[in-house]
Amino acid sequence: MNIPEILESMEYGPAPESAAEALAWLVDQGDRFGHFIDGAFTDPGEGFESRNPANGEVLALLSQATRADVDAAVAAARKAQPKWERLGGPGRARYLYALARLLQKHARLLAVLETLDNGKPIRESRDIDLPLVQRHFYYHAGMAQLMEQELPGARAIGVCGQIIPWNFPLLMLAWKIAPALAMGNTVVLKPAEYTSLTALLFADICRQAGLPKGVVNIVTGDGAVGEMIVAHPQIDKIAFTGSTAVGRRIRQATAGSGKALTLELGGKSPYIVFDDADLDSAVEGLVDAIWFNQGQVCCAGSRLLVQEGVAEAFHDRLRARMDRLRIGDPLDKSIDIGAVVDPVQLRAIAAMVDANTAGTTYRAATDMPAGGCFYPPTLITGLSPADPLMQEEIFGPVLVSGTFRTPEEAVMLANNTRYGLAATVWTENLNLALDVAPKLAAGVVWVNAANLFDAAAGFGGVRESGFGREGGWEGLSAYTRPKGKARALARVDPFSGDGAPADPIDRTAKMYVGGRQTRPDGGYCRPVWGRSGALLGHAGQANRKDVRNAVEAAQGAGGWAASSGHQRAQILYFVAENLSARAGEFARRIDAMTGRRGGEKEVEASLQRLFAAAAWADKYDGRVAGVPIRGVALAMNEPVGIIGALCADEAPLLGLVSVMAPAIAMGNRVVLAASEPFPLAATDFYQVLDTSDVPAGVVNILTGSHAGIAPPLAAHLGVDAVWSFSSRDLSGEVERAAAGNLKRTWVNDGKARDWYDPDCRPFLAAATEVKNIWVPYGE
Amino acid sequence: METEHSQRSAHLPQIAETRNPGMDLDMQWVRAVQANRSAIERRAASLPGRRSVKKAYQAAWLLKAISCIDLTTLAGDDTPGRVRRLCAKARQPVRADLLAALGVGPVTVGAVCVYHDMIAPAVAALDGSAIPVAAVSAGFSAGLSPFALRVAEIGESVRAGAREIDIVISRRHVLTGDWQALHDEMRAFRDACGPAHIKAILATGELGSLRNVARASLVCMMGGADFIKTSTGKESVNATLPVSLVMIRAIRDYHARTGIRVGFKPAGGISRAKDALVYLSLIREELGRRWLSPDLFRFGASSLLGDIERQLEHHATGAYSAGYRHGMG
Repeated sequence: MNIPEILESMEYGPAPESAAEALAWLVDQGDRFGHFIDGAFTDPGEGFESRNPANGEVLALLSQATRADVDAAVAAARKAQPKWERLGGPGRARYLYALARLLQKHARLLAVLETLDNGKPIRESRDIDLPLVQRHFYYHAGMAQLMEQELPGARAIGVCGQIIPWNFPLLMLAWKIAPALAMGNTVVLKPAEYTSLTALLFADICRQAGLPKGVVNIVTGDGAVGEMIVAHPQIDKIAFTGSTAVGRRIRQATAGSGKALTLELGGKSPYIVFDDADLDSAVEGLVDAIWFNQGQVCCAGSRLLVQEGVAEAFHDRLRARMDRLRIGDPLDKSIDIGAVVDPVQLRAIAAMVDANTAGTTYRAATDMPAGGCFYPPTLITGLSPADPLMQEEIFGPVLVSGTFRTPEEAVMLANNTRYGLAATVWTENLNLALDVAPKLAAGVVWVNAANLFDAAAGFGGVRESGFGREGGWEGLSAYTRPKGKARALARVDPFSGDGAPADPIDRTAKMYVGGRQTRPDGGYCRPVWGRSGALLGHAGQANRKDVRNAVEAAQGAGGWAASSGHQRAQILYFVAENLSARAGEFARRIDAMTGRRGGEKEVEASLQRLFAAAAWADKYDGRVAGVPIRGVALAMNEPVGIIGALCADEAPLLGLVSVMAPAIAMGNRVVLAASEPFPLAATDFYQVLDTSDVPAGVVNILTGSHAGIAPPLAAHLGVDAVWSFSSRDLSGEVERAAAGNLKRTWVNDGKARDWYDPDCRPFLAAATEVKNIWVPYGE
Repeated sequence: METEHSQRSAHLPQIAETRNPGMDLDMQWVRAVQANRSAIERRAASLPGRRSVKKAYQAAWLLKAISCIDLTTLAGDDTPGRVRRLCAKARQPVRADLLAALGVGPVTVGAVCVYHDMIAPAVAALDGSAIPVAAVSAGFSAGLSPFALRVAEIGESVRAGAREIDIVISRRHVLTGDWQALHDEMRAFRDACGPAHIKAILATGELGSLRNVARASLVCMMGGADFIKTSTGKESVNATLPVSLVMIRAIRDYHARTGIRVGFKPAGGISRAKDALVYLSLIREELGRRWLSPDLFRFGASSLLGDIERQLEHHATGAYSAGYRHGMG
């Protein structure tokens, strides 16, 4: 077109970013890559092609890691780890700072390579991914610097196996590697097979930074390599970002291995538009929510919910906006939507949309490129929660939409999902926004915005979107463990006997469900003998239906989460007061069951625990993260929900109180399996609860075999977290069964816990989820 | 001379478009308007990174920008001689050899914008060029002189030959929420303009919030404004991308409901060719191709032209240019 013609058309014309430097870098590497192990690249081996999805061209040949490669990488990481940790936070901070600087220096090369490899628009890799990558390393350089003062009880976990997805290849690498290194861990990272190139360039940058060899190891390959990492006995922690299906398999595979695990999985995040919203801005927000990175974003606002009165007007504006989206060559600077990562993904998106018959499908009236992996921006209106596309993650540029009438209904529809990663709320009414945000089942909530990220704010999900946070102070717990060495926990067995009842009047110990004393569903009881063989009483044998009933009772007590910390503290103090009044009786009961003389001390410690939890109830504050926007990111501690716990066998009262008190102080409801060999302190304790104004259903106590209670409790899809401190070897079983709804787990892995340690904080942390609520402001 | 005719006639909206007749004040509509500052700023901040025009496209876009400039002098020391010099530049804003190198015919700016007393010399200097003279009026720039005098000033300027009248609204009506008063004022100014086109200057830097900008934009359109314009150039904050975004979304909304196209003029602080490209892409993205024309879009600018000329010479020759190589305005 000549200039007079352009003056008529006023088209943008081509504005390509040059790929020359990135392609030259690939050529310099021989267009073939091995793995990065122990500070050096291995010779390229058998492998696969890495292609540019925008045009199908082969970019490089990558190696498929063998078991020997993975072993070598893990061995290098293992060898490097102690020295790296001993280097100390300030020493590690310098390396992280150097990495940040080098990432900045090579920013354009990395951005172009990312776009070539992944298909995302150059604007996104240049203006979003790379700045966030650099920020993550700067931020965690600071965390390394501060670790020793601010986290005095924490140390590195060890060797971390990290498996990352193809949608944000370098950014997910940064989210994984920066905090791990800051806390003194070494890593073996596997990038996705579609998108390994920027990870390999990062390996080169590690060399340029002089990072000690073995601290970062990168192996390439497909899911089989991931499985080798997950199963590797010399790896202490697995961090995975990817699909919920694979996350679930990893949870099952690592169950009982003692490996720490964090998972950042899928989502179907709601995008709620109230009728008083700035509708044009909310439409633009959707461009950032679902048409960002071709919709291949785990936290994409993919489920639009619009208030009925403005739905038609909103959809009209939205369709008009869609028509202006430009789709095409990802290296073109005027492109909004680039290529889907691979033909496989393109087919998956098309198949899901084509299978849908509900609602009305609108495809943007925008020019489509002739070849390559491109999918048009798509809107499907008029869907209901019962339609599969309102529930299933499409992971493409496809938005589904429904309507609501009231804020309450908006929350119900928003939460009608197995996922819980992110949510967006659009309204100009602060009262409405701040009322709705905490009610949404999501780890991140954006008010009048979408897809805001920063290293200072934690990111991660609830429900089947996974567990653990990346970023912020809360993200560090994924890469630290308490100092000190735990000893093995000996199995505690009940005594047997045939003696006479110790108590002349028979006392019936029942279970405690929904504020009522209930008999076991199965109708079976077990005698509880003292050490000398005297019959101390009988305790019910809970079966799966008792578990079901207890969880149901807990579900009915949801109001507890909304009570104030002050109210919960008052009730915990009252429990302590009433326990104190019966302290002697409890001490004797404990001594009679355990055959030791520690009862008095255990009761006193239990009272202290109740007081401590009451003290914390209104003091376990959230924080305001220092994110670089005009606004606040509120890191709010929320209760996990319903926690099922197998209580310690060895400390019949203190073990139960240590779990219960912090959990309910934070607003959770609990289903507790009492000490298996010594259940009668727990059954006495429900009488204390009964007289202390604890609302029905907040605390539920079952007795019986841990091995019998664990499977239905850990598998129950209505339970949000399961903890096991049983002296029975149930950690693996609990973690495996928990994979069903990816509930949070905390198990002892056969290690003893010092129940007399007065610090409640590990329990408070496990009893809460951090929700980050982003509230940009400004009139 | 068909090209010349279409170029000449492109300046004034009535050639292609129905003039905005205005409408009664619709308070339900006005009250429903929202403007979320943070979201608007994010959109404005990401736009320059979302669109890019290069090479011949950039040259064409810059020529388009020139055709949309209201070449302006609003200084206390303006004289007929100064205004004649500006008008000469308006007629030939780009050196002929550069136009030839770019392969395009003659171009002119959109209009020349002056104070009332300079209308006559400007009209004389532009005689035969079809470039309209725009006059700032109605107690520009504070808009606080007696209402009757402000209305009378408009009439005087139209009689003196101004074909476009840039008026300032009473900011106090916006700040006190007296939308009826703003509507009445706009209506009265519009009536006083007769056939001349009226651009309503919102003085957005003094309206306090983007929500007020959005509502004032709408009320001025309801009052019959042909154009809405950001600033007098005299406020401490002039045209910004966020403010422009709010105003053009109001224009889009008004068009969607009434079918009437109202023009937009950002003014003050736009001095770089790159800024002009961003504004043009903003208009293209939010309003569409139709608005990229001097009958619906103008830049109020005095130094922008110089930077564009240098860019055009760079495009034509491959070498970066110098200011003294281009005729002064």
